Amino acid sequence: MAKYITVIGLEVHAELKTKSKAFCSCSTEFGATPNTHVCPVCLGMPGALPVLNKQVVEFAIRAGLALNCEIQKFNKFDRKNYFYPDLAKNYQISQWEEPICLKGHIDINVNGEEKRIGITRIHMEEDAGKLVHSGATISTSDSSAVDYNRAGVPLIEIVSEPDMRSAEEARAYMENLKAILEYTDVCDCKMQEGSLRCDANISIMPEGAKEFGTRAEIKNLNSFKALVRAIEYEVERQKEVIEDGGHVVQETRTWDDAKGVTLSMRSKEEAHDYRYFPEPDLVPVEIDDAWINRVKSELPELPVQRQARLMEQFGLPSYDAGLLVSSKAMAEYFDKAVKTAKDAKAVSNWLLGDVSAWLNNENKEIGDFVVIPEHLAELTNLVKDGVLSSKLAKKVFAEMLKGNKAPKDLVKELGLEQVSDTGAIEKFVDEALAENPQSVADYKAGKDKAIGFLVGQIMKKSKGKANPGMVQQLLKQKLQ
Amino acid sequence: MVTKEDVKYIAALSRLTVPENELEKFTEQFNQILDYADKLQKLDTKGIEPTANVLPVSNVFREDVALPGVSHEDALKNAPAEHNGGFKVPRVLE
Repeated sequence: MAKYITVIGLEVHAELKTKSKAFCSCSTEFGATPNTHVCPVCLGMPGALPVLNKQVVEFAIRAGLALNCEIQKFNKFDRKNYFYPDLAKNYQISQWEEPICLKGHIDINVNGEEKRIGITRIHMEEDAGKLVHSGATISTSDSSAVDYNRAGVPLIEIVSEPDMRSAEEARAYMENLKAILEYTDVCDCKMQEGSLRCDANISIMPEGAKEFGTRAEIKNLNSFKALVRAIEYEVERQKEVIEDGGHVVQETRTWDDAKGVTLSMRSKEEAHDYRYFPEPDLVPVEIDDAWINRVKSELPELPVQRQARLMEQFGLPSYDAGLLVSSKAMAEYFDKAVKTAKDAKAVSNWLLGDVSAWLNNENKEIGDFVVIPEHLAELTNLVKDGVLSSKLAKKVFAEMLKGNKAPKDLVKELGLEQVSDTGAIEKFVDEALAENPQSVADYKAGKDKAIGFLVGQIMKKSKGKANPGMVQQLLKQKLQ
Repeated sequence: MVTKEDVKYIAALSRLTVPENELEKFTEQFNQILDYADKLQKLDTKGIEPTANVLPVSNVFREDVALPGVSHEDALKNAPAEHNGGFKVPRVLE
């Protein structure tokens, strides 16, 4: 089989975190009773006129600057015409010829390799309503119920260059993009709720080819996992089509997460002929340097900057710092915990190790984590101060997960204080030496390894509570 | 030149049915309209910015404040059919 190169471009829709819709004052609240956040404008009543929400422009500029884009000073809106019941007007207000942002980029790192992924454009538009299908899937439904609460909610669509060459690169791009949108606070980025959505344009071409192959557009990618699986599936599908002597058809396909396949979507609006024209009901938006500079000066610390700060301020390795900052909530948790922690690296290790493992296992976000940052800091301090061995710290951590109890109290409650009393440890040491004359002889004969066995015996006697440093010290003294 | 096929295509995009016996008439009228608009193409527009809006205004904004819209009942008054509080529409895929 010939070798193929995968070419991927992503179109990401991010719902902006405004209180009201883009062109009317209806609330953008998620999860309300269907058709309760609607008005003549978003229901497409004749004569109703849109008025632009200023915050939409503000957020779009902020996102654009954070994504290294050039902000276009002259902006206008266009109508994208199509018949589909998700928009009552039969057109979507979008930006076609004059998108607000051009030429940005995101840097990604896959397996230690840095790569820059271009962003072609970002434009502002309105979201469509939601269709609830009567059947199990869109294709088996006889009818659908439309909820226009989401119609008119502001979106930015972020279109990448076809610069990605693997599912891993696409995932890294998407993760970085999500982090930047979270940090800039323009989108709440809940993929499950649909506030961050991703379509992937995927094609393959034989190695050495100069032109890209025909692409398929894959929709309904609602998680990072779905994105990766859909790309992997689609690439194999296209390879098979080509190997069988066929041609990939340019079409829209939907990802079926349960079956793990992409399926052709034949919409009634087959002709993708949107007949864009300038939206006559809205006047142009002109953005001056003062506006751009003000937004620029208010940009928060971005993930890359935060990563650099964690490396410099706390001496964390690049990889660890990168993982911590990939979620804004995780980075904030870390920042809170290190305020009272004596060992920043220990806090980072806990967060990336046991805490992340627990969150993954429980399918929870750090925002829902039961242990408060101050308590995690206290736990690392107990280890640092020699009160707890790292083994017992894990035991305390397990108890902390059950309720919001301070580690210090738990240590007392569970009787886990490390024994640092010389007399008590000496007793354990003497016993161990008396019971293991062979090991003592081995050590004296130059077998250094024997000491490890003796330490183990002593720890066992102390039920893991003896201070390991002191055990080593006393043992060596006695063996001399 | 607009052909009968173009008229059929535009009718399909607009969800309109044009009776076969009227296709000829529509084709002719489409062409007349386009011929008329064609006069504009003859104007020299070199150095003239495209008009985005006929009003000499820009930056008309609303502050980001959420206000109640119409009631759920009023919203659905125009719905041909209703299902679970939504506007019921026929199947959307072929």
